[in-house]
Amino acid sequence: MIAAKGRSRVPYLVVTIVAAFVSLVSLVPLGFIAWISVQTGWETATKLIFRGRVGELLVNTALLELCTLPITIAMSVALAWLTERTDLPGARLWSMLAVAPLAVPAFVHSYAWISLVPGLHGLTGGVLVSVLAYFPFLYLPVAAQLRRLDPAIEDAAASLGLNPWQVFFRAVLPQLRLAICGGSLLVGLHLLAEYGLYVMIRFDTFSTAIVDQFQSAFNGPAANMLAGVLVSCCLLLLVIEAVARGGERYARVGSGAARPADKRRLGRMLVPALALNAATAALAIGVPFVTLTRWLYIGGGDIWRIDLVGGAFGQTVLLAIAGGMLATIAAAPMAWLSVRAPGRLQRVLEACHYYVGSLPGVVVALALVTITVRLVLPLYQTFATLFLAYIMLFLPRAMVGLRTSIAQAPVELERAAMALGRTPFQAVRQTTMRLAAPGIAASTALVALGITNELTATLMLSPTGVETLATKFWSLTSEIDYVAAAPYAVMMVLLSLPLTFLLYVQSRRATGQ
Amino acid sequence: MALAALFAGTGATVALAQDDIGIVVYNAQHESLGVAWAEAFTKETGIKVTLRKGSDMEFANQIVQEGAASPADVFLTENSPAMSLVDGAGLFEPVAADTLAQVPENFRPSNGHWTGVAARSTVFAYDKTKLTEDKLPKSMLDLADPSWKGRWAASPSGADFQAIVSALLSLKGEEATASWLKAMKENFTAYKGNSTAMKAVNAGEVEGAVIYHYYYFGDQAKTGENSRNVALHFFKNEDPGAFVSISGGGVLASSQHKENAQKFLAWITGKGGQGILRDGTSFEYAVGNGEASNKALPALSELQYPKVDPATLNSAKVTDLMTDAGLL
Repeated sequence: MIAAKGRSRVPYLVVTIVAAFVSLVSLVPLGFIAWISVQTGWETATKLIFRGRVGELLVNTALLELCTLPITIAMSVALAWLTERTDLPGARLWSMLAVAPLAVPAFVHSYAWISLVPGLHGLTGGVLVSVLAYFPFLYLPVAAQLRRLDPAIEDAAASLGLNPWQVFFRAVLPQLRLAICGGSLLVGLHLLAEYGLYVMIRFDTFSTAIVDQFQSAFNGPAANMLAGVLVSCCLLLLVIEAVARGGERYARVGSGAARPADKRRLGRMLVPALALNAATAALAIGVPFVTLTRWLYIGGGDIWRIDLVGGAFGQTVLLAIAGGMLATIAAAPMAWLSVRAPGRLQRVLEACHYYVGSLPGVVVALALVTITVRLVLPLYQTFATLFLAYIMLFLPRAMVGLRTSIAQAPVELERAAMALGRTPFQAVRQTTMRLAAPGIAASTALVALGITNELTATLMLSPTGVETLATKFWSLTSEIDYVAAAPYAVMMVLLSLPLTFLLYVQSRRATGQ
Repeated sequence: MALAALFAGTGATVALAQDDIGIVVYNAQHESLGVAWAEAFTKETGIKVTLRKGSDMEFANQIVQEGAASPADVFLTENSPAMSLVDGAGLFEPVAADTLAQVPENFRPSNGHWTGVAARSTVFAYDKTKLTEDKLPKSMLDLADPSWKGRWAASPSGADFQAIVSALLSLKGEEATASWLKAMKENFTAYKGNSTAMKAVNAGEVEGAVIYHYYYFGDQAKTGENSRNVALHFFKNEDPGAFVSISGGGVLASSQHKENAQKFLAWITGKGGQGILRDGTSFEYAVGNGEASNKALPALSELQYPKVDPATLNSAKVTDLMTDAGLL
């Protein structure tokens, strides 16, 4: 394909170079940690890594993953099956409610919970709030996959004499493996990266310990060694997911479209099914709603200081939109390449784009703080550095929407445009990019959602005077001024709601509904 | 190409944001106090103040890293070890003599490179429904005793607690401090922030917490919701646990706006700034000559606090010791 047209060779080369550059930049945090480890010296590094505190944090982290993931998987699969494949009354509404917790930032979830149950803390608290804050990341892909399944396989299983439970576990569940693995990876990485949630619930993880170190010694070796261990945990998760995913194919063989599956009658299971959905919604949506309403009521009109809340709102929106566009632009070359010129080099470059998004914000921020302060001081505490961090952290989000929409734009149009005398870049811009516009918008929105709720990188990197809704909310809750913090939480939720709705719509559209 | 455009674009935003800033204050003090000071100062002088919020040691180390290129003009802390760290790197501009004259000698370092702007006393905040006075620790060091296992709390990641440890280090030496920290790790429960620790005492999760005094008074002045069951125990007797910590303020030698920065420091140590301590809701002690503190507080002169030269408090050593003890 590459050699098909002499004229199209140039953009491939240029685009590859640009994509390679983005990949190189995204390798910076990892390279930085390696460099610091070398600088620190073997002896100090091992002393800082192999100590009791790191052991405690590893145990905490492992327990958190091991407790949260199975619960999240079971819950998401159950909810997805009920809303997609049964005659559950109000299935559409329940399915929206299962996605809605995404509109509430994780640290607002824990703010809501400790307001309600002040004693909640440690592993129990951490697992409870993590499940409620993050299960939609699993629910979304599982529900989408369930809609897509070919019921013929289940019919075949049933005709071979399996009862409905056996059909589910032996025919349906295996086909959900990809969705479950992908979703679990996403949740698992969030558990490693999350900071605010666990500080409020008083559960120490690597992310909280790194920030503690950062606040005690700025960019000391101890913080960077912890970051190194945290990155290793992320890579370990990626490997586990790759192994669990395996190499089996689950695609339907042969042509034709699968008919939609029949809705299973719930019968006697109706009440428990409704109870499960209602309980999930009450805990994941109801609790934040009740807490926020209560604080807003207590605070009255006084807490709505338009100069402060409005200012933070404006800055957040600007950062989110600009960051969303920048991340999408940065991801575009790679997304285009991965669709138009798949190959070995492209796979390596793409892996760089994806891995960086799995790094916790605190690791990326720590690297950028140290690099800018030591090597490129003019960039220190500037928007350039902050946006660079946002781009790195949200590159994968930007890739998702771009890739699928570019894939839907036929390459023939680009070629035709070039044949009609357009330069390669004009051709791409005027054909593919226009057709991909909805995907570009979705990518931008996804990144913007991430930036709206981002805390650690913004705290550490933002230029002096920049205050987002998240950082204002954070400093107020740190002084346990829960009342004054409420308006900021409400604004974050309001900003996130339309984006969450968009996500929901996209996930249904992706399966043609 | 896209990336070049990106940087050009962000460059423009940066220039916009950093124009016309007046002075930049790295504020490690409580945000509300910093804002109250800045707003009143701007109102009186017309000089704009931009605050950046962070924590004591984060900023101190940051300023050292930034060196001559630091964007900060003024540095305000909750405690003095962070000030000593910056001073040790030679990054402070000497404080104007008039400003120093507003603060008694025992509330500022003898070299005059920075000055105290407020003070706070260490206390043992305890659950009065569970503990009576005879059961209270006589000294903060008693909390290392196994009988206190699982019964008390602190916020080890905070600058406040790290300042208390630095006082302990200065008073009792490295060995005693290291073994106390080790015992602490066994006995205590960690909370993030003093107010959270006090809240835990109030909720009956622990019997007491080593914190500073004003969290209690602040909450009492609001709703009292987080301190209903709490009483304060001042260790007195020049115990390490009676340590009075000095909040510091200094002007950076690298400042491009030294005159305004000095004015700000003069203002917060003078009638205006100290008046906010007296009448406001921060409940920190005023340190200016003859300035009264908030009426709700017990007099500073009665606290029998140990004599510690703020300039001798060593923060790097404290962080190391606490890291070794597994607290950080």
